[in-house]
Amino acid sequence: MTASLVVFFALAGLAVIGAVSLILQKHPIHSALSLIVVMVALAGLYLLLGAEFVAAVQIIVYGGAIMVLFVFVIMLLNAGVEEQTSISKLAGPPGLLLVVALAGFVTATIVRTTAGVQGSSQTGAMASTSGISNMLFRDFVYPFELTSFLILVAVMGATVLAQREKP
Amino acid sequence: MVPTNYYIILSAILFGIGVFAFVFKRNIITIFMSIELMLNAVNLAFVAFSQAWGKLDGQVFVLFVIVVAAAEAAVGLGIIILIARNRQTLNVERVDLMKL
Repeated sequence: MTASLVVFFALAGLAVIGAVSLILQKHPIHSALSLIVVMVALAGLYLLLGAEFVAAVQIIVYGGAIMVLFVFVIMLLNAGVEEQTSISKLAGPPGLLLVVALAGFVTATIVRTTAGVQGSSQTGAMASTSGISNMLFRDFVYPFELTSFLILVAVMGATVLAQREKP
Repeated sequence: MVPTNYYIILSAILFGIGVFAFVFKRNIITIFMSIELMLNAVNLAFVAFSQAWGKLDGQVFVLFVIVVAAAEAAVGLGIIILIARNRQTLNVERVDLMKL
């Protein structure tokens, strides 16, 4: 068992525990903190995969910006403990069965079709980041510009949605 | 060297947990967080395949997914604030105006 395998299993266990904790916690703020654990663990996995830039973006954008937005809204709305009716509790066991079937099917299909795929060429840190920037601003420049429009529309939409009506 | 399959299996497990949280949780903010969890699971699969084939396309796709997730979070949380203001609840079972 090599060191990278140990790190992988530690981070994977942390991610799965955080995800299960997201379901089990009753209070939304605890769920949000669990989700932050998952995101940090995934950033560690990206580092293990040699994707340093994606790991940094994951921490900054997901862990920093999006989760702060979530926690801010939870506190703004003063969200309390969630209430489960008897019908929604009843949906648990069949839902769990369905989800296990879904995950098993996806895993089996992907593993069968990628059995021969092995991580071969390890890209270095600088090569990876400069390669991403080359690709982003050369091959994917139109989608990249479109995302700026998407962000603009999203900002305008959020402002219009959340503003108070004028009296 | 960790086999690529391990990352794919972890990605499928996280996606399944996200789907379960999506159908099981009743708080609208937690449901929204489970969508983010599913997006993260897909990102992990993208980066794993990007490393497996030694190409960077997957990592560029991950950046686009993160941008879309950020835009979605901004608009979605605006809608959640609107729902909470109009109906004074965050429980999705109380938001049933279009139900027969």
